[in-house]
Amino acid sequence: MNFVEHAGKRMLEENGLPVPSGIPCSTVEEVETAAGRLGPCVIKAQVATGKRGKAGGIKLSNSVPEARENAMGILGMEIDGLPVERVLVEEQVRFTSEFYLSIFNDAATKSPLILFSAAGGMDIEESAATAPELMRQMPVDIRKGINRPAVHELLDGLDLFGSEEHIVEFIADLYTAYRSSDAELIEINPLGLLEDGRVIALDCKFILDDQSAYRQESLAEGGTPERLTPLEQRARDLGLKYIELPGEVGILANGAGLTMATMDAVTHYGGSPANFLEIGGDAYTKGRDALEIVLANPSVKSLLVNFCGAFARTDIMTQGLLEAWKELKPTIPVFFTIHGTGEEEAKKLVQGELEITPFDFMDDAVTAAVEAAA
Amino acid sequence: MIPNAAHKILVQGMTGRQGTFWTEQMIACGSNVVGGVNPKKAGTSHLGLPVYGSAHQALREAGFDIAVMFIPPAGAKVAAIDAIEAGAKMLVCLTEHIPIQDVLEIMAAARANGTRVVGPNTAGIVVPGECFVGIMPAFNENVFQPGNVGIVSRSGSLGTLVSLQLVQHGIGQSVFYGVGGDSVIGTSSRDALEFLDRDPRTEAVVLCGEIGGTAEEEAAEYAAAMSKPVVAFVAGRTAPKDKKMGHAGAIVTGDKGTYKSKKTALEQAGVEVVAVPSQIGTAVIRSRDVNLNAAAS
Repeated sequence: MNFVEHAGKRMLEENGLPVPSGIPCSTVEEVETAAGRLGPCVIKAQVATGKRGKAGGIKLSNSVPEARENAMGILGMEIDGLPVERVLVEEQVRFTSEFYLSIFNDAATKSPLILFSAAGGMDIEESAATAPELMRQMPVDIRKGINRPAVHELLDGLDLFGSEEHIVEFIADLYTAYRSSDAELIEINPLGLLEDGRVIALDCKFILDDQSAYRQESLAEGGTPERLTPLEQRARDLGLKYIELPGEVGILANGAGLTMATMDAVTHYGGSPANFLEIGGDAYTKGRDALEIVLANPSVKSLLVNFCGAFARTDIMTQGLLEAWKELKPTIPVFFTIHGTGEEEAKKLVQGELEITPFDFMDDAVTAAVEAAA
Repeated sequence: MIPNAAHKILVQGMTGRQGTFWTEQMIACGSNVVGGVNPKKAGTSHLGLPVYGSAHQALREAGFDIAVMFIPPAGAKVAAIDAIEAGAKMLVCLTEHIPIQDVLEIMAAARANGTRVVGPNTAGIVVPGECFVGIMPAFNENVFQPGNVGIVSRSGSLGTLVSLQLVQHGIGQSVFYGVGGDSVIGTSSRDALEFLDRDPRTEAVVLCGEIGGTAEEEAAEYAAAMSKPVVAFVAGRTAPKDKKMGHAGAIVTGDKGTYKSKKTALEQAGVEVVAVPSQIGTAVIRSRDVNLNAAAS
């Protein structure tokens, strides 16, 4: 789950990390009030993309009328396809240098990884490529926690203008925040160096690990909800992962891998999938809700059911689906192919209830569904 | 490491509904299950097997090589570390949706204790005709038959489909190696490819990948140096960009982890990448002929 800047900074603040004073605002009037309180400020578009500065979504304002004018320009603009509904009005901070810092779950080392660069700011990717010696990285032994001498070693030889102690302190506190917030990623770019040698988070990108959301309920409330269609939202509320697609062949399969493979096969044979829907894993008992969601999409012209049961028992998925079928009485043609755990029972159910014989080969079911939708 | 019929298997969470169902299947397929763990039912027996209070107790009283977990996400870290610190050689972690930082702790414990972790979010490992550990339809003869083609898969459902496609072409499997769909996993596709490369029964390998992450690109590096033929299918060619398709690993952002990047890497390594799963069987037959001819000449 992504957090926009002000929500990420609130998380940092709650963990005792220094951030500039700021007030999130959603109207021009709110911006005026905030600018009046903060004095010279920065107006920053609150959308989760790294292209805000270059798109004109961040503006310095030295007076209330200037803040008003900038807010009118930024509120309502679109950056990287995302509408700006909120801005952060933040005090201007005088900084003398910009660093880059992030901590994230690293698949390669299977550890938390700390990345630090003495050359932070807007062009971090470029500077990482042209001056790799300024970019340092260090995996952390998650069972032992952060080790300060190792952080000093990480920074060794970088020109930090005498601020090394403050940076080590900041990194140690950020690691604590990373652990307590179940972050997938916290990125501070730039980490600003103040004139007195202290450092401050001038921006924050925070991603909460979705698999930890259940134990971070209050934190998760501050995250940006995914943009979903009404049908996708309904599926989400039922505990199903559903994505609406522009095609005509409705797909019901179990497991993300099999579902994607089914979409690929539909496309390969000249059709176009109407949805992604996963009912594998723990969701395999939700065949009933799943059918209802797929059929609620008015562009679906045929339905392809592809079950390959491993953990997900095909008999139980089929049972739920048939219950819903009897209730909803759909008129579109349906094509089955069922294999794996529970297949004998599942095939019998389909034959008994719908007088339809499932296809032995997946491709035959796919081509039939594609032809029926054409 | 590839499980065999002699390995002693401990089932954590054996007394639950899923634990019971799959333990019965594992035993029926020849696996040497020595007992289960449930702290609340320690000292009782279930399916005729002893139930222990912890993996540590099971190791002292029965000994085990492989632990397999039927434990919900919130309890997974404690159970995994219990098995690892007790001395499991291999931990098969089936649990889906474990908080990633808990997974990192499990991995750190495994590194310190020399345990091979498979998963999380794996469907397990099947050696048809010998044994199986996990939640695959190993008992279904339409899906699994003893043979000499190895399979590496991130997904259990897609792995089932691919196994089925091989049997429909008269091809049996030496080993099905499920590595798991999470972003952080203990055994990568590359590692599993290496195990199958060293396995004397395996003559060819099917790599069953999906978009997201860099597992297929890394596996391609290893495949380039293999003498056994490798055929691949990568799911998600038609997945919309920037959409998470369920598996934590299956997200496409920018150019990394895309279908194109994976296909290119695999083809450059001499791996045939098929467009749909039904082409896997003929591609395997073709690749083995080519390889046998190459060996003869």
